[in-house]
Amino acid sequence: MRWTELIIFSALFLGVSVLGFVAAKWKAGATLDHLDEWGLGGRKFGSWITWFLIGGDIYTAYTFVAVPALMFSSGAIGLYALPYTVVLYPIIFMPLLRMWSVSRAHGYVTPADFVRGRYGSRFLALIIAITGLVATMPYIALQLVGLEAVLRTMGINGAGIVGHLPLFIAFVVLAVYTYQSGLRAPALIAFVKDILVYIVIIVAVVYLPIKLGGWGEIFGAAKEKFDATESEADGLLLTANNQLQYATLALGSALALFLYPHSITGVLASKGRNVIKRNMSALPAYSLLLGLLALLGFVAIASDGVEPIINQATGRPDTNTIIPVLFQNEFSSWFAGIAFAAIGIGALVPAAIMSIAAANLWTRNIYKEFLKKDATPAQEAKQAKLASLVVKLGAVLVIVFIDPQFSIDLQLIGGVVILQTLPAVAIALYTRWLHIWGMIAGWVVGMGWGMFLLYNIPNPAAGKAHFGGSALPLGELSLFGWHPFGGSTVQIYVGIVALASNLLVAVVVTAIARKIKAANGVDQTSPEDYHVDDGDKSLKPVGTH
Amino acid sequence: MAPPKKSASGIRWSPWNLLLLVPLLLLITPYYNRSGPEFIGMPFFYWFQLAGVAVGVICTSVVFAMTKDKPTTPAPGPAGDVDDLDEGAAR
Repeated sequence: MRWTELIIFSALFLGVSVLGFVAAKWKAGATLDHLDEWGLGGRKFGSWITWFLIGGDIYTAYTFVAVPALMFSSGAIGLYALPYTVVLYPIIFMPLLRMWSVSRAHGYVTPADFVRGRYGSRFLALIIAITGLVATMPYIALQLVGLEAVLRTMGINGAGIVGHLPLFIAFVVLAVYTYQSGLRAPALIAFVKDILVYIVIIVAVVYLPIKLGGWGEIFGAAKEKFDATESEADGLLLTANNQLQYATLALGSALALFLYPHSITGVLASKGRNVIKRNMSALPAYSLLLGLLALLGFVAIASDGVEPIINQATGRPDTNTIIPVLFQNEFSSWFAGIAFAAIGIGALVPAAIMSIAAANLWTRNIYKEFLKKDATPAQEAKQAKLASLVVKLGAVLVIVFIDPQFSIDLQLIGGVVILQTLPAVAIALYTRWLHIWGMIAGWVVGMGWGMFLLYNIPNPAAGKAHFGGSALPLGELSLFGWHPFGGSTVQIYVGIVALASNLLVAVVVTAIARKIKAANGVDQTSPEDYHVDDGDKSLKPVGTH
Repeated sequence: MAPPKKSASGIRWSPWNLLLLVPLLLLITPYYNRSGPEFIGMPFFYWFQLAGVAVGVICTSVVFAMTKDKPTTPAPGPAGDVDDLDEGAAR
């Protein structure tokens, strides 16, 4: 047990928990008994709060431990996270503004609300809501994987229920203050989290290279390691086989990110279009941070004796402990304690936002739509609060009773899953040309084929026959037995393949549906709705929809 | 600033938006997937992509600045200025 680290970690953890409870009163609206208040923080966050909130939302604890871990084990391919977050903002810049405006005009809280309004189809909205829930749940569990990596490094590495007890306590505290304060809790805590993260990473990327003899030495050590391995897939540069995988993974991840309900929650909580526009230029500060953090994976190679800790519960090395171990070896205990707290709190912020987003989906698109159609706003808020508790409990149970590897696999699947909502959520922001039946058919095909492809990808290194990764060799791509790229070993990200099939089917079925003039729902939105901004006289006040 | 064009679908277009395509060049890997020239010991592959962050920021900032003054509704009123003040207060 590392007591200094543990004490600093616990003190900071306790501090943010207090903040979480106090947050209920912060910039409080007239009532918390409305989803606009509990679930979206009153839709009034300015540029700074939004920057911290979305930054805390999408650059999660798991990212912080998994990206450097991938660099540590595989080299260049792990850096895909950098182009991913560079292309992200230019891609989402325009669509996000339209999403914010139309949601503000109509009081939409979730992406499925928008689909419901745009197409007037409960069924399509239900599909989108369930897809969002399925993709978000493992993401929450994954935050616990990040938190556990830190706890394990500090010596809390038991098997069974006792080993999981600290995790359990942390999540109960998180669940209670999220229940009470809603989105305001993670928004306030994100300030502390992000400041800690910035301090820790800036210190690490300045101090460690100096200590280890400069970046030249570090890259030299990494090259030596990758040259020594038999695998040809790793190395300091991309290989002929994984360049396409690198680019499609970056693009696919960028397209997927703002389809996730929790990212939309962060955006809808902002007060106006200019807040979002400013953040498109300010959020890349986190991308730079992520890029530097990724390089810490190589620093860990150059640093003597950094080895992954064995997970006592499974008996396998936990590569996600690479960064925590690096901090422990190279820094004094108190600074390592701060670093661990940054990662640990970094798990709480996105977990809270994700559970709120999931609760919003449940309440708006399943409970109110199908179970209790006349629910009042207060009943909706109550339902969402309860749902957020259930969601978090579910995530803890998944981690405690099922192999953590399972949630990592699910997360991999989650990216492919959420991409299938692109036609209904993103394309629909611009045009209603795609037909309801086209989008449903595309979803079925994209989802089915994506799952089939993922299922068939083995990972011999991890001893797995199925769900071994998201890189598909083009040679194995088959259309009813026809191999268009037979023999090719060039890899591609499965999500992009599945999305392409989805779009193709959606277009074909749309053309047919339009030909036979099938009903295509009623559009409740008007072209002006996509441009409204905070302060427009035509807008209803927040919390009155 | 030319008045924004409006189409039946309500999509507003500015040529400045095309700048948003520039960062997408990072998705074409072959031209930067090499080790030289190095910069402070980092292979080209690494520092080039880190520099890509700055390019992304410049592009989104220019688009923001150049499309800022557009009316966002048919009748905007003076509310926009008040917003900016609020923004300042939030800092």
